[in-house]
Amino acid sequence: MLLLIQYTLIFASVLVLVALGGCFSEHSGVINIGLEGIMVIGALGGALMMKFLGAGAPAAVVILLVVLSSVLSGILCSLLLGVAAIHFKADQTLLGTALNLLGAAVAVVLVRAINLSEDIDNVSSTIKYGEAKSAFVIRIGDFEFNWFMLIAFVVLILSYIVLYKTKFGMRLYACGEHPQAADSVGINVYKMRYAGVMISGALGGLGGLVYITAGVSEWKFENGVAGFGFLALAVMIFGQWKPLNIGLAALLFGFFRALSNVYTGFDFLLSLKLPSVIYNMLPYIISLIVLVFVSKKSRAPKAEGIPYDKGQR
Amino acid sequence: MNKERTKKASILRNDGFQTTISSILCILIGFLIGYIVLLIINPKGAGDAILAIMKNFLYYSSAVSAKKYLGTTLVKASALLMCALSVLFANKVGLFNIGVAGQYVVGAGASLYFAVGLGMPWYISLLAAIIFAAALGGISGFLKSYFNVNEVISCIMLNWISLYCVNMLLSTVKESSTPYTKPLSSANKDGLLPNLGLDKIFSNNKFVTIGVVLSVIAAIFVSILLDKTKFGYELKATGMNKHAAKYCGMKEKRNIIITMMISGALAGMGAGIFYLSGIEQWMIGQTSIPAMGFNGIAAAFLGGLNPIGAIFASYFIQHITSGGTYVDKTMYCTQISDLMIAFIIYLCGFVFFFKLFLNKYLDKRDEKMAAKAREGGEA
Repeated sequence: MLLLIQYTLIFASVLVLVALGGCFSEHSGVINIGLEGIMVIGALGGALMMKFLGAGAPAAVVILLVVLSSVLSGILCSLLLGVAAIHFKADQTLLGTALNLLGAAVAVVLVRAINLSEDIDNVSSTIKYGEAKSAFVIRIGDFEFNWFMLIAFVVLILSYIVLYKTKFGMRLYACGEHPQAADSVGINVYKMRYAGVMISGALGGLGGLVYITAGVSEWKFENGVAGFGFLALAVMIFGQWKPLNIGLAALLFGFFRALSNVYTGFDFLLSLKLPSVIYNMLPYIISLIVLVFVSKKSRAPKAEGIPYDKGQR
Repeated sequence: MNKERTKKASILRNDGFQTTISSILCILIGFLIGYIVLLIINPKGAGDAILAIMKNFLYYSSAVSAKKYLGTTLVKASALLMCALSVLFANKVGLFNIGVAGQYVVGAGASLYFAVGLGMPWYISLLAAIIFAAALGGISGFLKSYFNVNEVISCIMLNWISLYCVNMLLSTVKESSTPYTKPLSSANKDGLLPNLGLDKIFSNNKFVTIGVVLSVIAAIFVSILLDKTKFGYELKATGMNKHAAKYCGMKEKRNIIITMMISGALAGMGAGIFYLSGIEQWMIGQTSIPAMGFNGIAAAFLGGLNPIGAIFASYFIQHITSGGTYVDKTMYCTQISDLMIAFIIYLCGFVFFFKLFLNKYLDKRDEKMAAKAREGGEA
């Protein structure tokens, strides 16, 4: 039971971070389908940092550097989307797809190159970071508390405050709803959109890091992040682009994802004798059903996906 | 002389020409970036590696084996072409069918299960692949038109669901000693697509079947359907403005569902002609979705969203994907071609801007020339 709560919380943290990232980007008017790729790149940045830090460094330094590294890699990756979508008015769905493929390919090529240069026979795309990862975890009895749970919670509260209570948040909203109106009162739409995309890159990168450190101590980058970026988008739609609703939606989805890890620990689930594949599919099936119920009356930002053109009325 | 100039300008202004130019530019920049990445990883073998990717089957010096591997590349390219057609067909109706990967997976599952598990002849298996994949595409279309579910997200969810389902289904026809499905050549010879002598052209490469021809026919069929029929016109109208199409009396909901079904059918047929040629078996328990579908997105956009352009683009993408397997593996990995393809798709996003820029430049030049001509007349 404790294990189920632990996994639910850690997967919910991933989903909260990434979904909030998507939320910032969409409120500024840019659809970010490339979150999956951004997660992979963020995870790569974090994993490489953990690998090179090794076991020696003090926990606080490890946490700071690793988080910083994955956040920066995420931002860098999101800028690829930002520049093309904001300045060059490219199709955002196409760019997002390209970003997803790019994230996976870059990660595999880089990790393999590093592994090969260390050991000529090592052709795997796996990074091991067992020692450094322990810095994130504090054991409280049987419960493994992960600092990322706290970070995700803080980010959730901060996002609520930023989006609803600050000038910046209001301006961001305006750019996603009616950029021409925002421009007419002196808001720089391009700048706000860059800000939205870069925040989504930072949070997406961090989410990727949390995902690969959830329960395992090495990661095979050929697997990417198994559609988690898209699950996060489903969470965002289910949460109707509102931070607090996103938090609740993430808990629900995190629970179903956690079930596939720990269902063997429950006697009544085992007695159902369902194949394990069913539990693997569960998060995707649930999200599809949920989308059917909430999409009809969904209130997406009005101007999302439309490149801003100053000359347009 | 003036006449010559206007002729030149008219070629430059031709949309097809502009698309071709921008696609070639995308490819060149993609190669350049690939080369730079190779240089960063290991400067010693970068030149050879990029040459190996470009050469692909020409890597073999004997004409016999080169031809044989050209055949293999063609078989894979034909499956890729079907995926590209699937993507571009949906795109004409304003839908982004990222579910092409899942529809491909379902097509693979259905065709292999019917051929190996049920012992059906190839035409039944191929039909099964088409029908099941069309049904999957139809689900996304139905959710989109009746429940307003974003097709990209529903498609991704269905991709994963279908991967797990197909793994489960095909584990019933698994070889006992390997993680693969039983090979068609021993389990059910009738399940293999007929060669019709095509294998003779490619140094007896038995995997070259009528599938290659079928895919090209499909491309021509899609081209005619979209450009020359009332049905195609309706679909395109729905894509441009759903509300206007409805106002004109078109059934816009039905059109969206039918589009996604046709799109799925094309992807399923791609999987059918690939797996029923016997070239590969399905690996049971694979945890990632086959790249074929996603590469189809690349091929569709690189081909300028034109069915005939897609034929060339698919061949090219498969050419460098296969070429990636010839790089020196003590220094690089084969995924370097995936990296280049990903960059090429990314660059395809700039095509619209490039055309805009080119047209603006041409306008300016024409204006200047017109002004000059006027001055000349006055003097």
